[in-house]
Amino acid sequence: MPHRAFALFILPSMLAMILFIALPLVSVVTQSLHVEHPQVLAQYETCDPFGCKTETRVDTEAMAALNAERPLGQFNGLRTYFGAAHLAVAELGAIWSEAPDVGTAVAQTLNLPFYRALLFTLIYTVVVSPLSLGFGLLIALAVNILPRETRGGVIYLTLLPMIVPSVIGALTLFWMIDQRGIIGAFLQWITGDDGLSLKSSGPLSWATLFVHGVWSNAPFVFIVFFAALQTVPRDTLEAAMVDGASRLERLRLVTLPHLKPVATFLMLILIMDNFRVFESIIGLSAAAHASSLSTLIFFALRGDTPLFGSAAATSVLTVLCIFVLLTPSLRSAWTGFRSKA
Amino acid sequence: MSDAPRALRPPPSLVALAAVFIAFWLAAASLPFLWTAWGSLKLEGDFFSLVSWKDAFFGPRTEALTGSPFTFQAYRDVWIGQEFWRQALNTVVITLGVTIVSLTFGTLGGYALARSTARYAFWILVLALVFRAMPGLTLVSGYLLPFFEWNLWGHQWTTIIVLVALNQPFTLWLLHSFFLSIPRDLDESALIDGCSRLQAFRMVIMPVMWPGVITTGIFSFLVGYSDFVICAMLLREDNQTMVPKIIGFLGTTQQPGQVMYAVAATVSVILPLLVLVMFSQRRIVGGLVAGAVKG
Repeated sequence: MPHRAFALFILPSMLAMILFIALPLVSVVTQSLHVEHPQVLAQYETCDPFGCKTETRVDTEAMAALNAERPLGQFNGLRTYFGAAHLAVAELGAIWSEAPDVGTAVAQTLNLPFYRALLFTLIYTVVVSPLSLGFGLLIALAVNILPRETRGGVIYLTLLPMIVPSVIGALTLFWMIDQRGIIGAFLQWITGDDGLSLKSSGPLSWATLFVHGVWSNAPFVFIVFFAALQTVPRDTLEAAMVDGASRLERLRLVTLPHLKPVATFLMLILIMDNFRVFESIIGLSAAAHASSLSTLIFFALRGDTPLFGSAAATSVLTVLCIFVLLTPSLRSAWTGFRSKA
Repeated sequence: MSDAPRALRPPPSLVALAAVFIAFWLAAASLPFLWTAWGSLKLEGDFFSLVSWKDAFFGPRTEALTGSPFTFQAYRDVWIGQEFWRQALNTVVITLGVTIVSLTFGTLGGYALARSTARYAFWILVLALVFRAMPGLTLVSGYLLPFFEWNLWGHQWTTIIVLVALNQPFTLWLLHSFFLSIPRDLDESALIDGCSRLQAFRMVIMPVMWPGVITTGIFSFLVGYSDFVICAMLLREDNQTMVPKIIGFLGTTQQPGQVMYAVAATVSVILPLLVLVMFSQRRIVGGLVAGAVKG
């Protein structure tokens, strides 16, 4: 295809991606270097029959003028990054020089909002991605040995957790485990503990989020693995059997190696998707116990006054983390391409 | 696998184990939705009973107040009382817009990527993969300030184009792999017969591409229909779509019955999806496989 024709065909698509993915990244970096204008205060004199007094209030007109003139706020350099809401360099220094032992220091570090969110996001990604991969593979292997007639129905029901919007799926689970919901109330009834609640404890709400993650990722993994299972070469399987390989050995030596390229790709997608964990935290109302990098951004933007600078700094740090996380996968994809070419 | 050689067939004990596991999984996959649908026909006092978990099954309060253990009260309240039909209409607009624009951009781009032998075509695909990794909220924090400044915020068409852009990576990969499966000879003979590139694309390639386009269209539909983050952040209260609105019902101070708005609305959002999957299960599966394996 000639370069000119190629350029014309790809233009709308590229333009959309550049305008709404690449340029926003530039905008995020710019915003992260700025901070909201400090409030302009003015003296007002109010008089009533008992006398006059002056009070200091925010001068809304001056603020509006200032914001209209320089909407980005004032230049702040890298201070937002190092400030208390993000990397918290000063706080870290104080914690690590004053804490009596390492355990306390780590605990205090993880109380800082950014590190708390980073830790949860990383743990979520590292726990949920492999679990989803394994669980999806198990479903695929199991469906593969069931009679063919059952497949249509099984696939239909399996697709549901993936097709239903993530936040809606999380809500349906939330209503079941709510203290007044069927599972929550049932658990209380069985244990006889009226205070038992999956929402009120940190570890239990993390576990709930992990379960929801695996539940909503498994269908996609299942579908892809199941399709790949249909292309396992039967000759090799039969040859392995003739050579005396047991069922388990055939799985380990023939089937799993055949699935490996697909698994690498699935892992890449799972890491990308799980690192943005957000909707399940909202749907399960778990923000009190679990904050992710995405919820940090969300709540910074959703406050009474949106903190654009702070949200942008978190965004930049998030993007950096993603690149670090994806480097191995991208590199292996690259070597794969090189060996194919 | 009836056509497998006898010795390759799994032993009955293994099949039984697999059946139990799959039964367990299917219950986990579908019961939350069934249960929500069941509960949407009760009053809040039963579905979220303070007294006993059994109330949600038998609905004593629902029966006492309405004369029947099932009621459409929650649906009436949310669709008519809360005017949820407005959000439904907004969702139709957003979903249609996203599907049409996404397919137009995606088929053109995917075709170019599939037919180009140049090195940059590969790099564009890799770049798309990197773009796909960007979390929506990271980009939203980049949009808001410029959108406020240039008066782009709160319009449905802005939201449509943002959703299209965010999902171009997946759309491009998918359509690119579908176009690869159409033989090159087809467009080359059209070019020799005197068609321009665009004519070859429109009159020769597109007619045989319908299966791929429909599959991709289903995914674009799902993107517009399911989105929460982008719509919640970029749309106003009055042109909001259904999914963010449901979270909105729960966000404000709890009033009696408010949670049932969300329950009924949730079921209303899920039902069309059940129908969609019923009619397009094969295409969805095919699309996921094409995007992941061939891509």
